[in-house]
Amino acid sequence: MLEIKNLHASIEDTPILKGINLSIPDGEVHSIMGPNGSGKSTLARVLAGEDVYEVTDGSVIYNGKDLLDMDPDERAREGLFMAFQYPVEIPGVSTKYFLRAAVNAVREHRDLTELDAYEFLKMVKEKAEILDLDTSLLDRSVNEGFSGGEKKRAEIFQMAMLDPGMCVLDETDSGLDIDALKVVSDGVNALRDGTRSFLVITHYQRLLNYIVPDRVHVLMDGRIVETGGRELAIRLEEHGYASIEAASA
Amino acid sequence: MPEDPNLALDNWAEQTDYKWGFVTDIESETLPPGLNEDTIRGISARKREPEWLLEWRLKAYRHWLTMEEPEWAHFPDHDWRPINYQDISYYSAPKSDDDRPKSLDEVDPKLLETYEKLGIPLEERAALAGVAVDAVFDSVSVATTYKGKLKEAGVIFCPMSEAVHDHPELVKQYLGHIVPPNDNYFAALNSAVFTDGSFVFIPKGVTCPMELSTYFRINALSTGQFERTLIIAEEGASVSYLEGCTAPMRDENQLHAAVVELIALDDANIKYSTIQNWYPGDENGVGGIYNFVTKRGLCEGDRSHISWTQVETGSAITWKYPSCILKGDDSIGEFYSVALTNMKQQADTGTKMIHLGKNTRSNIVSKGISAGNGQNTYRGLVKVRPKATNARNYTQCDSMLMGDRCGAHTFPYIEAENDTAVIEHEASTSKIGDDQIFYLNQRGITPEDAVSMIVNGFCREVLAELPMEFAVEAKKLLEVSLEGSVG
Repeated sequence: MLEIKNLHASIEDTPILKGINLSIPDGEVHSIMGPNGSGKSTLARVLAGEDVYEVTDGSVIYNGKDLLDMDPDERAREGLFMAFQYPVEIPGVSTKYFLRAAVNAVREHRDLTELDAYEFLKMVKEKAEILDLDTSLLDRSVNEGFSGGEKKRAEIFQMAMLDPGMCVLDETDSGLDIDALKVVSDGVNALRDGTRSFLVITHYQRLLNYIVPDRVHVLMDGRIVETGGRELAIRLEEHGYASIEAASA
Repeated sequence: MPEDPNLALDNWAEQTDYKWGFVTDIESETLPPGLNEDTIRGISARKREPEWLLEWRLKAYRHWLTMEEPEWAHFPDHDWRPINYQDISYYSAPKSDDDRPKSLDEVDPKLLETYEKLGIPLEERAALAGVAVDAVFDSVSVATTYKGKLKEAGVIFCPMSEAVHDHPELVKQYLGHIVPPNDNYFAALNSAVFTDGSFVFIPKGVTCPMELSTYFRINALSTGQFERTLIIAEEGASVSYLEGCTAPMRDENQLHAAVVELIALDDANIKYSTIQNWYPGDENGVGGIYNFVTKRGLCEGDRSHISWTQVETGSAITWKYPSCILKGDDSIGEFYSVALTNMKQQADTGTKMIHLGKNTRSNIVSKGISAGNGQNTYRGLVKVRPKATNARNYTQCDSMLMGDRCGAHTFPYIEAENDTAVIEHEASTSKIGDDQIFYLNQRGITPEDAVSMIVNGFCREVLAELPMEFAVEAKKLLEVSLEGSVG
């Protein structure tokens, strides 16, 4: 359960989030939609704890714990995962090496035993099958020279490996063609298990054709201006954000 | 000088009116500070050296007097004070066991903590911390085991001072062959006052049966200040030598001026790896070692191969350019380097690849990491002489910056005198990205682990050149050296 209350955040003294209220119960998929510059990605990054953003007011409680009080790595170990809009390249560090370190950091936090190389590779194989991922990608440096589609698939694969309780997808559909979009969505859907929650951030409705949300929230100028079911997303596709802007003005 | 070394010693003491117990208290002797011909005679006599070597030293000293301390290195921030060479003591015998700590309980806990972090084997920690070795384990027997194995293969591996007596013809032939005593200011100084170092001889066709490293770590700890090393690989011979240690060395000597010479004959292969972690000084740049080293290899024979690998994380100032003279046709020279500067450390390091023979190839991979107020300079020369037809060089020179108070500088010099030469130079400078650290954090990895992962990735090609066990230690060393530089 993620509970965001009256969240305000700024970057270099410019307010971006101006009072977000949102609660995501376990097992639900919520989508945040909004025009460019509305604060969608800022919300994702504030939740993950990127320090260029300053939280000026409000609270975020995740599974009863104060998320804002934790460092980014602690949040991750507590079960918050963010799929990046632009996954970062780390030259010279193999994806497998990195991922094993990450998986074991999370496992240690959960009082699980460290995976040895054999157990880790077994897990890689299992999860790769579910997501239909070519594991040769994992021998390459983290995200280095990956195509746009490969990067996004690798993000979803990492998500599967780390077994988070709360997944934030930051415009995962951007830059994907329709085939890649379908592959990535299938991956996400495979991870929907009734307890894991998702916050799917997107500009376009089309992603929601594949990842069907329980709730849709429209974010404009740092506030949630409308909340509804899936039909809200469809309405947005037909009439554009301007229709809501006009209605809420 | 008379030939009998003991007599020589007595004579010297008389002649110089020496009053500080050099002769009487032989266990704890240290020459008083100062450098003149008598100092050199004293060192030579103490080491019972033959006349020719004393003359060689004196000649070097006389030449040194005519030279000027170099000032060309790029140390933008250093308040350079000239070194007072008369303040240095040029001979200090190893401490007797009575003066050493008796057990690890008497050793600075901070030092032990670092050994722990670096994963240095327990039995080696004591030796490194200067504990009287006999109290911990029998180093003599360890040494004997190694020696037996090497002897069987025909390999000579001994202290230089021993080689002077046991293998004078080899030492005489090769000492100063690659780095002549008048080569540069610090090489001249080293030639005049060197105390010890290693001598390695691998006979024709022999592959040295072990890495010359473990043995070295335990036995050659006190060769510090003016080291002199000579490695000769005959036709078809092969050897891998590792000097230094990841453990921080507590050393009171501020000036280090080592000379290393390598000679590879036809089809010989020498791999020389260094891990340097001398005391870097404190955060304000107070103290620390000045490390002024001359290292040079001669690929004398056809198809010979010399490879330098270095991980440099210590010393307040480092000047070091391990070089290869590619004289034999089809010979290969390589240089792989990681230099890390933190706090107020300054490193000016690189290599020289001198192509003389046909089809000679050289490969340079340099990784500089600057953190804190550190300044890191790559300085490299690739020179292709007129007869070096079809010479090839590839240079890759990458710098990584952490924070905004450090600096990275690159000075490549290229001189091609043969039209067929192909020389490539690639350089990059990157800042360790907050976005990279954040990305790894978001996967549950702590900021410290994130930085070491990124840095190790950056250095991967160089670390891959190290013998396995040392690669592991080198990775940890980079972590420890960067501790506290995040954020």
